[in-house]
Amino acid sequence: MKGSEALLKALEREGVEVIFGHPGGAIMPTYDALYDSKIRHILVRHEQGGIHAATAYARASGRVGVVMATSGPGALNLVTGLADAFMDSTPVVAITGNVPRALIGTDAFQEADVTGVTMPITKHNYLVQEVNDIPRVVREAFHIASTGRPGPVLIDLPKDVQLAEFTGTFDVELDLPGYKPTTKGHPKQIERALDALEKAERPILMVGGGAQHAHGELLAFAERTGIPVITTLMGLGAFPGNHPLWLGMPGMHGTVAANRAIHHADVILAIGLRFDDRVTGKVSRFAPHAHTIIHVDIDPAEIGKVVRTHVPIVGDAKLVLRELLKGAKPLKLAAWWRELEEWRTRHPLRWRPRPHLQSQEVIRAFHEATGGQAVVTTGVGQHQMFAAQFFPVSRPRSFITSGGLGTMGVGLPFAIGAKVARPEELVIDFDGDGSFQMTLQELATLVKYRLDVKVVILNNGYLGMVRQWQDLFHARRYSEVYLADSNPDFARLAEAYGIKGVRVERKEDLMKGVEAVLSADGPVVAEFKVYHEEGVFPMIPAGGAAEDMILEHPAEREEVEA
Amino acid sequence: MRHVISVLVQDHPRVLNRITGLFARRGFNLESLAVGTTHVPGLSRISLVVSGDDHTLEQVEKQLNRLIEVLKVTDHSEPHVERELALVKVHVAGVEERLAVKDIQEAFRARVVDVAQKSLILELTGDSKKVDSFIEALRPYGILEVMRTGAVAMSRGERTLKVREKREAV
Repeated sequence: MKGSEALLKALEREGVEVIFGHPGGAIMPTYDALYDSKIRHILVRHEQGGIHAATAYARASGRVGVVMATSGPGALNLVTGLADAFMDSTPVVAITGNVPRALIGTDAFQEADVTGVTMPITKHNYLVQEVNDIPRVVREAFHIASTGRPGPVLIDLPKDVQLAEFTGTFDVELDLPGYKPTTKGHPKQIERALDALEKAERPILMVGGGAQHAHGELLAFAERTGIPVITTLMGLGAFPGNHPLWLGMPGMHGTVAANRAIHHADVILAIGLRFDDRVTGKVSRFAPHAHTIIHVDIDPAEIGKVVRTHVPIVGDAKLVLRELLKGAKPLKLAAWWRELEEWRTRHPLRWRPRPHLQSQEVIRAFHEATGGQAVVTTGVGQHQMFAAQFFPVSRPRSFITSGGLGTMGVGLPFAIGAKVARPEELVIDFDGDGSFQMTLQELATLVKYRLDVKVVILNNGYLGMVRQWQDLFHARRYSEVYLADSNPDFARLAEAYGIKGVRVERKEDLMKGVEAVLSADGPVVAEFKVYHEEGVFPMIPAGGAAEDMILEHPAEREEVEA
Repeated sequence: MRHVISVLVQDHPRVLNRITGLFARRGFNLESLAVGTTHVPGLSRISLVVSGDDHTLEQVEKQLNRLIEVLKVTDHSEPHVERELALVKVHVAGVEERLAVKDIQEAFRARVVDVAQKSLILELTGDSKKVDSFIEALRPYGILEVMRTGAVAMSRGERTLKVREKREAV
């Protein structure tokens, strides 16, 4: 057995069913072995598409996503996706070929120091020097990627190691003395948390991506206590978006109710989130009335990193919530809820209707037509925020977006990964004309594997979010954001790939367009030409606080005090 | 504030890169670094001198602990021994200067490790402050070159840098 065959056998033993990848010189021995393997391979057209697809596969399924690429340029094309998976704590194993050991360090053809380059953007990485180490390295990589705070792990395999004769064993024991994640919360701290919540008058629950797997426990805890729930962008779906206890998303483009709830809360129970600056705004003005912040996270380094924490609980969200649930009591929050209801009903998410077709109404129309039963992916920008606002999902692992890194171009490859993970479900990629063009070569992947993904491009002819910032903060100096003069005809582009293309330009054709997308058998690329001057609101300008929230474009509406 | 931190690591390739890379990426201020093997095969020990406020130091410790190959991190706030080694090459033109330098050498309990016609190499061990004063004392005579190691540290008494107890496996 060769090293490459040992690698595939080790992957099979980890339960790997699918690999996203792209071959090349230094990984050819493994692709040769793959020819006989029962593991399915999805050939992407660019390695970046592969890593994003693997990331979404992991996020949609809860399993480890696997991506494969060759040395040098192939591996370096993974870099953005690795950083994205790292920022959003996603379990991915990346396997890269490298030049033969004897050539490492000689500037050989297609050589790059991939373990060096990826060190700060992976949870861990390996350069395998010895063929018999393969089973151990694979075992460790999957364990590290999927436990504790999940993250990407890269395995770099020199070509001659893939070709070497394997004489080792697959029965390897995990021996990672420096890696022992704490999963069970400290009972004393859990008691303190319950105590603080019981005395709270204005408590809130803030939930992030770290609670996606704890949705059942979260629902039970929220319903038992009656505490309002706020989900971050990464936490969308961890708590049902149609539940009366849900206040929406916090932060820069969050709801009025969520941001005011944070502003006025006296006790905050934060679970599986890291207080990103898009959530907190100016940290010194974040949650000024909270005398107790309880922070539950599996990564001790996140606790106290950004906000002062009074009750630190290191542990897995699911296990901690189970313990919290044991002592949870219904709280008397009627007065608090009266305030929350007031904000919620007075300031729901809405938009100012215009004669043009608008992104918000397109997304809302898809939400209504599907009953919210879809797995949504997005690119990054205005359309992403509109999707977060107007397509509330009610199930976990169903809103897959690039949160921390804000990677434009993830929408289509994310949709591919989500569809491979959950083939029975409707997968919609809400994309922007800017984002979509960063990875549109993966339309070929949709065709190749007949992946029924609905791509909905909200085409405003601009890099809309940059334009919005230029509008608000750069005196309307629209520097290098105009795309409409050179955008392709997206419907015809789709047709060139053999994919159904749909184009909707007028408001009155909206429902017909939605129907055309959803009723089509197979993938669709639909272009909705939307109003180009739309802004995403509410908005807390960067570095601001809840009190600085603006509800509409200042030229259109006065500021509203928090 | 200045802190001395000891880190026990698996001596895998690039483990030092991971640590220095972490400091660079997170913007932690690293004043000195010393590394060497230990009596246990496969384990190395690193001493870091770091400056920063309490919040930064807490992050330094936590971020180091996130590295898979890091087994143990200790901030030596308790009584500890701290040593640096310095080699100082001084210019000595004549007998008078040679005698004066010898006085300084004796006062600091340094050693002469190389004697040439116009220069001496002195070796000194001590904490950073002592090494600083030694260099200042020699400066008037004409220092030709200085090489200092990073500080190394060890807790006093029974306390040792042990691999942390196995907690529950995941």
